[in-house]
Amino acid sequence: MSEKKTKRRDFLFTATTAVGAVGAAAVVWPMIDQMNPDASVKALASTEVDVSALTPGNTLTVLWRGKPVFIRRRTQEEIDEARKVKMEDLIHPEKDEDRAKNPEWLVMLGVCTHLGCVPLNDKGDYNGWFCPCHGSHYDTSGRIRKGPAPWNMEVPKYEFVDENTIKIG
Amino acid sequence: MSDHDYRPKSKVGQWFNDRLPLLTLANHLTDYPTPKNLNYWWTFGGILTFCLITQIVTGLTLAMHYIAHADMAFESVEHIMRDVNYGWLIRYIHANGASMFFLAVYIHIFRSLFYGSYKAPREIIWIIGIIIYLLMMAAAFMGYVLPWGQMSFWGATVITNLFSAIPLVGEGIVTWLWGGYSVDNPTLTRFFTLHYLIPFLILGLVVLHIWALHVPGNNNPVGIDVKKPSKDTVPFHPYIVIKDGFALLMFMIVFAFFVFYAPNILGHADNYIEANPMVTPAHIVPEWYLLPFYAILRSVPDKLLGVVAMLSAILILAVLPWLDTSKIRSAVFRPLYKQFYWILVADVLILGYVGAMPAEGLYLLIARVATAYYFLHFLVILPVLGFKEKTLPVPLSITEPVLGGSPNLAAARNKESKIE
Repeated sequence: MSEKKTKRRDFLFTATTAVGAVGAAAVVWPMIDQMNPDASVKALASTEVDVSALTPGNTLTVLWRGKPVFIRRRTQEEIDEARKVKMEDLIHPEKDEDRAKNPEWLVMLGVCTHLGCVPLNDKGDYNGWFCPCHGSHYDTSGRIRKGPAPWNMEVPKYEFVDENTIKIG
Repeated sequence: MSDHDYRPKSKVGQWFNDRLPLLTLANHLTDYPTPKNLNYWWTFGGILTFCLITQIVTGLTLAMHYIAHADMAFESVEHIMRDVNYGWLIRYIHANGASMFFLAVYIHIFRSLFYGSYKAPREIIWIIGIIIYLLMMAAAFMGYVLPWGQMSFWGATVITNLFSAIPLVGEGIVTWLWGGYSVDNPTLTRFFTLHYLIPFLILGLVVLHIWALHVPGNNNPVGIDVKKPSKDTVPFHPYIVIKDGFALLMFMIVFAFFVFYAPNILGHADNYIEANPMVTPAHIVPEWYLLPFYAILRSVPDKLLGVVAMLSAILILAVLPWLDTSKIRSAVFRPLYKQFYWILVADVLILGYVGAMPAEGLYLLIARVATAYYFLHFLVILPVLGFKEKTLPVPLSITEPVLGGSPNLAAARNKESKIE
């Protein structure tokens, strides 16, 4: 054909393809989204922990959303060590004051930010945590200091419900 | 090829074949002209087919007893081992079968690398092979998760977390893969589903792999094009069938050794401890067949770049036909490539070794050098070699070197013509 005029048939062809594509996408999305966390998984969003038995220098590990959470009651030396670190020495600069509002209590996900292993307590070059999988060292504030992990261990949303109870999530 | 004018002898056969030419296909497969100089490195295609069928049959029987649930999976595997009749045998065949499958596939891949089987006109066979290899790794990884032991759980955690290295959408993808906020029951059930599906995808790709092979025909140790059928070829049946069969028997001896005498030697003791999301085993190591890639992952100090390097190490194979610029296929006639080939074999073995060791000190240094060399081989050495290398003269036919090397040329020629 020599003339480049849009014909009725061209319009029908384009419209059919467009509607077909939207229809296919509308069917594909539920198939993809069914794999996302379901309602029962999401319902387990918060957990309450009794920390009255925890003495300074000890860590309690609890499960929250299938992941371990470290609750560390820090000693004064650990707090001092964490607070005197200069920001420029950190891979992922965060102040200890921001990570532990109440300096005695450090609450964070016990999940290495490299590939998700659980770091070991009181280990490593910085007296904090050490991940046995690929050798990441964390300090007494759970901040990454050495190794392949890109970020500090994550501090979840939490609050003291009363003196002895922490609510995570 | 002779199969186009094939006609069944019986009336019933003709009637059937006119409607569905299955007998023509069977005739093609038995008469298929094969280079007569194929050595035992060419028997691994058949061995791999055997491995796939073995995994499917044992897998189906295991699935009749296994329960894909985070609370019951570990126990159901112990139930298979202790209570189910011959359950121990079926599971040990399946678990060691995976290792045997990879052993055979690595020999198969390195045979292609040595004899240049990936070069024109066989690029599509090669690429389908790489896709099969990727699917095998996915199937093996997900299968390893199913017993829900400590290595299952933490292996799944580490491997799925690789996706979190992707900027912006990484975390979302990982949550989507898990179906939750950690590896848990939804992860297990979907891994079971996919582990069940993938072998059948592989089976379909194997059909394409063989189909694509039967268009140009087999490469051979001399690496030259062969006229078919001719005095350079023999029919697949009985010549290759017998040779493949013998090689398969030898392979099954090795297989049986592992199943009956060392069924756990390739596994990790930690996987006989039930999955515990609170404790990571002291030393996480993938199965032996993934170790070279694991070493590459760990040799890069950056998370995203480590993942990129690991994936590139596999995907680089898909473009190999275009990276290797040499027109000569077989390493027999490439004196320099032959040496670099063996250095690459050593390099991959070294990567496998350091992949099993802790990523620190000297091991880390070796891993980094070996990783750099791996990429150097494919990205620099192979392309340059095609232009620089002085290759040896290639014979005109498969028969020629045999006759040329004979002290009694005339007698050999005479014998050749009699065979024809």
